[in-house]
Amino acid sequence: MAARAQFENSNEVGVFSKLTNSYSLVAVGGSENFYSAFEAELGDVIPIIHTTIAGTRIVGRMTAGNRRGLLVPTQTTDQELLHLRNSLPDSVKIQRIEERLSALGNVICCNDYVALVHPDIERETEEIIADVLGVEVFKQTIAGNVLVGSYCSLSNQGGLVHPQTSIQDQEELSSLLQVPIVAGTINRGSNVVGAGMVVNDWLAVAGLDTTAPELSVIESIFRLQDNQPDAIGSDLRDTLIETYS
Amino acid sequence: MSNYSNIDHTHNHGDHVQATVLCCNCGVPMDGSTGLVMCYDCIKLNVDITDGIPREANLSFCRNCERFLQPPTNWIKAELESRELLALCLRRLKGLNKVRLIDAAFIWTEPHSRRIRVKLTVQGEAFSNAIIQQSFEVEYLVIAMQCPDCAKSYTAHTWNTAVQIRQKVPHKRTFLYLEQLILKHNAHVDTISIKENKDGLDFYYGKQNHAVKMLDFLSSTVPIKYKKSEELISADIHSGTSVYKFTYSVEIAPICKDDLIVLPAKLAKSMGNISRLVLCSKISNSIQFIDPANLHIEDMQANVYWRSPFISLADVTQMIEFIVLDVEPSGERRGKYLMADVTCVRASDMGGSENEEFYVRSHLGGLLHPGDSALGYYLKNSNFNSDLFDQLEATNVVDIVLVKKHYQRSNKRSKNRSWKLKRMANERKDIVATEVLDSRQARQEQERAERDYELFLQDLEEDDELRQNINLYKSENANKVSNHDEMADEDEMDDDDDDDAPQIDIDELLDELDEMNLEG
Repeated sequence: MAARAQFENSNEVGVFSKLTNSYSLVAVGGSENFYSAFEAELGDVIPIIHTTIAGTRIVGRMTAGNRRGLLVPTQTTDQELLHLRNSLPDSVKIQRIEERLSALGNVICCNDYVALVHPDIERETEEIIADVLGVEVFKQTIAGNVLVGSYCSLSNQGGLVHPQTSIQDQEELSSLLQVPIVAGTINRGSNVVGAGMVVNDWLAVAGLDTTAPELSVIESIFRLQDNQPDAIGSDLRDTLIETYS
Repeated sequence: MSNYSNIDHTHNHGDHVQATVLCCNCGVPMDGSTGLVMCYDCIKLNVDITDGIPREANLSFCRNCERFLQPPTNWIKAELESRELLALCLRRLKGLNKVRLIDAAFIWTEPHSRRIRVKLTVQGEAFSNAIIQQSFEVEYLVIAMQCPDCAKSYTAHTWNTAVQIRQKVPHKRTFLYLEQLILKHNAHVDTISIKENKDGLDFYYGKQNHAVKMLDFLSSTVPIKYKKSEELISADIHSGTSVYKFTYSVEIAPICKDDLIVLPAKLAKSMGNISRLVLCSKISNSIQFIDPANLHIEDMQANVYWRSPFISLADVTQMIEFIVLDVEPSGERRGKYLMADVTCVRASDMGGSENEEFYVRSHLGGLLHPGDSALGYYLKNSNFNSDLFDQLEATNVVDIVLVKKHYQRSNKRSKNRSWKLKRMANERKDIVATEVLDSRQARQEQERAERDYELFLQDLEEDDELRQNINLYKSENANKVSNHDEMADEDEMDDDDDDDAPQIDIDELLDELDEMNLEG
């Protein structure tokens, strides 16, 4: 299912939280409303970890991760690292990365199988991503933007990209990722879809400004319709993903 | 009341439009590659680029002079639906600088509705990358008010000082001459307005010293006396200031050139024992008398005149024409005057049975020749209602007094003058009154004015001393006339018989100024 939430009057929930299939990170200091959007769906399934990264609350932008692992930037303190290690499931690897582009959430966009990364990212980082997250790594841009993590939102079911992504780019991305891709907006027309929402295979949380059509696009592309897609959702999906093969 | 129009550079890039995203507001499929995230319908609903632009505004309009106010202080003339008015309307709209103005046009309204409607089309940026075009109407309310100029013209108390110049004579020659003097010396520069009145002119001034300057000018050119009077307009007892209006009543001596005058005995004695029956030969700031019988010339200062004012015995209108039969110069000369004994008859007696010859001493010996005609006063059969005249001993009174040579003039000549004068545009005080008067009286008035002016022009032609003080300008037919003279065809020969009047040399004339008519 898809939910709307707001973190301290900000609609950019993807900045203040990280959601994967095996854990969820949220920034400290938000209201209970924000946490409850996650807890209502995931509370008894995966750990919801309240943390800071390098003393900041923008945990979603600083980290990258999936079901198998979590990457944190080099500025992350030992204490934070310890807290994360203690909170994360044992199966999840955690790794601190020495990378110049330290906002890992902005430069890496991944699901459990594939990761798109910033074209300028270092070779070592690329290898660490492949090792820790167990994914194939592709250097890619989205609609001409190098910050793939900001302009792309990805799950194992599908992906939402920057609205100006051309049909050809969408086709290329979807063949790369092996999931359907759609261009769209979040938070009433904002094009930073990666920062505006978080998603895993069961849940999407978007900003409070997100309109119903935007939410329906999210639900259909990430297959969040409670396993029984209704007619409108599938129709929309059909029209939007007409080129998907 | 606004509508939007698509700017189609976004939509029709190619023949084939691909919908890649859904409108974030309504879910309509649309092309996302342009950067638009909302469809035009939704932009239309959500965004108003004309937000800061008022839909109603006011225009100030002066009903009297029909001008519009262009703030802060300009009043400009603008027709309805004109470019100027459109510019004025657009300038009144605040917030137009935030958008790009594409088009503006008037929507017709009834003029008496006092509403002006303008349809504007503007372009502006709604979101990043989304330029939309929107047209809307603005209604202007035309507010009638009075502009300061009109308000001033309706205010009675704009002038501070008035100079009322009067001369109690039945003709206007002095004023015509004065007008030329004023024009030549630019003495009217500070005048607010000039009004024509009975027997004279009124000059109005904003400041008293301007009027005093005018008075100085007048007293240096004509024999005047003046009286100053003041009227209290307002007084402030707290500050001790008060506002007055001043009026100078200026009277010009009612004696004109060529008038026949009987001097008071005492005055004549004090002026070198001049004969009492004299002619006025020149008027400047003093009055010059000449005794035609012995060429005795005396000047009298204005203050002397005003100490014991007298009026002239007869003026130029009473002169009659004489035909000169014989001239015997006696040799005595003074300036341009030459003493002579002249034998003449009245022109009306010529060829008649009663052919009375007069033998008279005259100062016009240099001018007159046998056969010429001259103008003069015929005293023999005149009755004057004058005490001074009655005091004269009958033996001292001559029968006739010749005054000046008379030139025959054709009408054609007076129409084709090669020179002309500047005129001052003065407003008649009683414009309304003349309209009400029957046309006969108005016509008479007009004719009299024209005759006076024509006489004045003739005087100028004959008197080069008079001409020296004023500016003459070449008229359009100046060249034509000179060419015409050279041709000298037969018609011209016929005309020459009666066309012996002096002409003004073309070298004396000034080139015409661009604008002969002064703005009053």
